[in-house]
Amino acid sequence: MTASFSRRTYIAWALVLATILLGQFGRDLADALGMRWLIKFPSAWVIPFKTSISLAMKWLVEEAAIGGVSFTDVTRAVAWLIEQPYQFVLSLLAEGFVAGAGKEAQTVLPAASWIAVIAAVVALGHYCRDWALAALVGACFAYLAVFGQWSSAMVTLASVLIAVPIGAGGGLLFGIWAYRHPRGERMLMPVLDLMQTIPIFAYLVPILFMFGFGPVSALVATIIYATPPMVRITILALKSVDPELVDFGRMAGTTRRQLMWRVLVPSASHSLMVGVNQVIMLTLNMVIIASMIGAGGLGFDVLAALRRLDIGAGFEAGIAIVVLAIAVDRLSQAFAERMGQVHSHAKRGGWLERHKRTVLVVALLVATWILGRFLPALQEYPEGATLTTGAFWSDVVKYLNVNYFDVFEAVKVFFLNNFLVPIKKTLLGIPWPWAIAMLVLLGARAGGWRLALLCGVLSGLIAVSGLWAKAMVTVYLCGASVILATLIGVPLGVLAALNWRAGTVIGVFIDTLQTLPSFVYLIPVVMLFRVGDFTAVVAIVLYALAPAVRYAAHGIRNVSADLIEAGTVSGCTPRQLLRLVRLPLALPEIMLGINQTIMLALSMLVITALVGTRDLGQEVYIALTKADTGRGLVAGLAIAFIAIIADRLVNAGARGARLRYGLGA
Amino acid sequence: MTPKTKLACRNVWKLYGAASDRILQGNPNPSAQDLRAEGIVGAVRDVSIDVNEGEIFSIMGLSGSGKSTLVRCLSRLIEPTAGEVLFDGVDLLGASEAEMIEIRRHKLGMVFQNFALLPHLTVLQNAMFPLTVQGWSKSKAEEKAREVVELVGLKGREDYYPRELSGGQQQRVGIARSLVAEPDLWFLDEPFSALDPLIRREMQDEFLSLQGRLHKTIVFITHDFDEAVRLADRIAIMKDGEVIQVATPEELVMNPATEYVEEFTRHIPRSKVLTAGRLMTKGGAGAGAPVQQSDRISDVAERIITAQDPVPVAGPGGKIVGSIDRHAIAHVLFGRGAGE
Ligand SMILES: Nc1ncnc2c1ncn2[C@@H]1O[C@H](COP(=O)(O)OP(=O)(O)OP(=O)(O)O)[C@@H](O)[C@H]1O
Ligand SMILES: [Mg+2]
Repeated sequence: MTASFSRRTYIAWALVLATILLGQFGRDLADALGMRWLIKFPSAWVIPFKTSISLAMKWLVEEAAIGGVSFTDVTRAVAWLIEQPYQFVLSLLAEGFVAGAGKEAQTVLPAASWIAVIAAVVALGHYCRDWALAALVGACFAYLAVFGQWSSAMVTLASVLIAVPIGAGGGLLFGIWAYRHPRGERMLMPVLDLMQTIPIFAYLVPILFMFGFGPVSALVATIIYATPPMVRITILALKSVDPELVDFGRMAGTTRRQLMWRVLVPSASHSLMVGVNQVIMLTLNMVIIASMIGAGGLGFDVLAALRRLDIGAGFEAGIAIVVLAIAVDRLSQAFAERMGQVHSHAKRGGWLERHKRTVLVVALLVATWILGRFLPALQEYPEGATLTTGAFWSDVVKYLNVNYFDVFEAVKVFFLNNFLVPIKKTLLGIPWPWAIAMLVLLGARAGGWRLALLCGVLSGLIAVSGLWAKAMVTVYLCGASVILATLIGVPLGVLAALNWRAGTVIGVFIDTLQTLPSFVYLIPVVMLFRVGDFTAVVAIVLYALAPAVRYAAHGIRNVSADLIEAGTVSGCTPRQLLRLVRLPLALPEIMLGINQTIMLALSMLVITALVGTRDLGQEVYIALTKADTGRGLVAGLAIAFIAIIADRLVNAGARGARLRYGLGA
Repeated sequence: MTPKTKLACRNVWKLYGAASDRILQGNPNPSAQDLRAEGIVGAVRDVSIDVNEGEIFSIMGLSGSGKSTLVRCLSRLIEPTAGEVLFDGVDLLGASEAEMIEIRRHKLGMVFQNFALLPHLTVLQNAMFPLTVQGWSKSKAEEKAREVVELVGLKGREDYYPRELSGGQQQRVGIARSLVAEPDLWFLDEPFSALDPLIRREMQDEFLSLQGRLHKTIVFITHDFDEAVRLADRIAIMKDGEVIQVATPEELVMNPATEYVEEFTRHIPRSKVLTAGRLMTKGGAGAGAPVQQSDRISDVAERIITAQDPVPVAGPGGKIVGSIDRHAIAHVLFGRGAGE
């Protein structure tokens, strides 16, 4: 057994070495042999998936029809359904109600005044928890007014207010359906998997094609992006309702519908609200991306500023998104808690007593509408009183760049030369047939022939789609970021688990990183390092760090106390305890964390295409600007394939490790 | 006078596992080994019992012996693999979904081990729930619910949420809720197992006094033989999915069918099980106020021991049927039969 094991290890290392050597010298070798096709996938072999997809899309939009109802009619109907409530909320919050069109347009009723809106969120904060929360959300919204981000923020808020109920409600209904039909669930799960691994950019293009440029497209994209986790959470929440409660419901003689809506859904409400919170965070995450296909508001401001490289303005709008996200996040969390909580005993008192907050807010709204005619400051926050920090940030960046240019440059060059470029060169130098063979082998070792087949087919598909080189750049960017994130994140997680005080600080840090929408990371990094691979890697590491820390901390904390005691009794020093007991036992958990990190890194990758990387992300981005459906989808699927391969391999590895340590599958 | 059978089941099987539907077709009476060979779990195996109207019928067995599965087959929460369940002479397994809903709404009630209260409803709303799903008007349902809440001694806590109550109080809500629709047949699945011993005892007493007023037909599950002996008129002992013996507590103690049953009964003090009727000398006369034939020895021992002469024993009609003296009692309390 030991002999064969060591021989296996020996072979494994030999293969790794061969791969690296091939990466270094493969190009020369191929040239010497006159077989350039080994390195560069021959274009004659490429299957033109993108053209076929584009043609299919075109047919769908222009000709497809079932029984006289064309596909476009359906999309138009969907658009209309979404547009009605959106228009109403938008009018209420941002644009005011307008009668007539074009030049004759007249504002019948202006948008709700900033005072009324702030009062409403304060009241909500107080209702959901206490005055502290009310003060926090009030301050957040006041910030938006004072720093001149109000109108953009209200446009963004309007789209959140529409996308969240549709996403959460739709997710709930889908989840219920899947819960009731186990076969449906089995069909739905792979689709959800795929949806969560395909980068959002990839489906922006078809949506753009179907719905045209505008807020409705943006809402559709946001909803598609934010719904899958809600479906998952709904299924999980319903399944984990105490079976006794289900038995009780049936014994009470409930019909199927009564059982669902009166027993299951209310009992699962706490978990369901976690799902709603997820939907909200994902919606806010989409704000900037959605502005690429027509959403206005803060996202648009950030995007426009990024394109102009107007750091100050971009940063301001970015912070405004964060502020809005914090307010909405805290509010929804408090609301979720309140839903699952015991209320104070039946409140007595009249209608007025019970609805005093609502009454107050409505009164304020009406009052500001009336008085606003005479005193505009009540209606709109006076422009003269806004503060702007844009110039300040620009100055800071200028100062840093003037005085510390060399330092930043040195850091960047050091990393590029010693870390990034070598990885990139090696990956690009590996002949693609060899790489595919290695993946198949890895799959076979980690998870048997099924996994081997999956790895082979997916990577083969990437090759024949003609995207091999770009895929390798993607793997390189993602791989480099994940290595860095692991090197930083796992020690942080271990520290957090072993030291209570460090744990608190790190916890807060990680929480903050996770509330920020992905784009926000780009802004300061671009400011300091300008565009390029290094910038992309830094942004990805920041974005993808959290799970590495979380899972490592969780894994270390969960090592059973008995084993630690056993180790201590046998005379381990704390350091040995960590190395010999804690780390090996936490390994499966740490690997799962790394898996999550890879997934986040891949989803951030597309966004970093904005700062000029040359990978699949860029391919998607270009397709988006050219509205080239086929190209976008193919590149997006290629990223999804990479994600799936990584996910399955790491999971199989983690399972193997768990079995080895006898922790159960 | 033979009592009327309220609920009966005939040769009920519940098997879990891939081939569980097929195996009974080939072999209508597979043994434990047969099942194991096929990788099938026999949660309930060939069970036939009769529950009489107005009695407390207890199903007793260790954890995993199939009690919950059996009672869920009886209420058709679980579809049995084979067998018949007769409720008031009607085959439940033949009832349609809609009929089953009607039967459950009006005729069946159930209390659960972990209370199964709806966390988002108050005590009163929980108690009302079975009526609201039937479509009762709110005011009528509330009135009815207040009655049962008062019956279980929770008056004044109507507006509390389950989380604000102790375990015992929560189970009272569970009991109130199961009674609100005035069921004929009342299932209790280990209702007191999740409670502390002291509270459990108190709840058992209240349960008995409640039954003294309501006279329901009750199927009571427990894994605690003491509890079964205290509460039940008859006990079915289950092991590995099979019912081994169905008998009164007294018979179980005196004539255990197998060693397994004997093992259970060994720790039970005889005085808690035996009745005066069993120990009396037939036809003997006594002096003083009589004890009842059905009285448990532990309840009347002190009186008999302190009496000078044998005490008369009265039958169901009040007629003196025999007498009992202190020697018989002392033998039960202190002799070989006292239990360990
Ligand atoms: N859905 C199921 N699938 C497979 N096996 C099951 C299933 N439900 C119950 N069993 C098995 O049937 C047997 C009887 O379970 P049951 O819950 O009826 O026991 P119980 O007597 O109520 O035990 P407890 O006192 O722990 O509640 C157990 O061995 C259990 O593992
Ligand atoms: Mg049970």
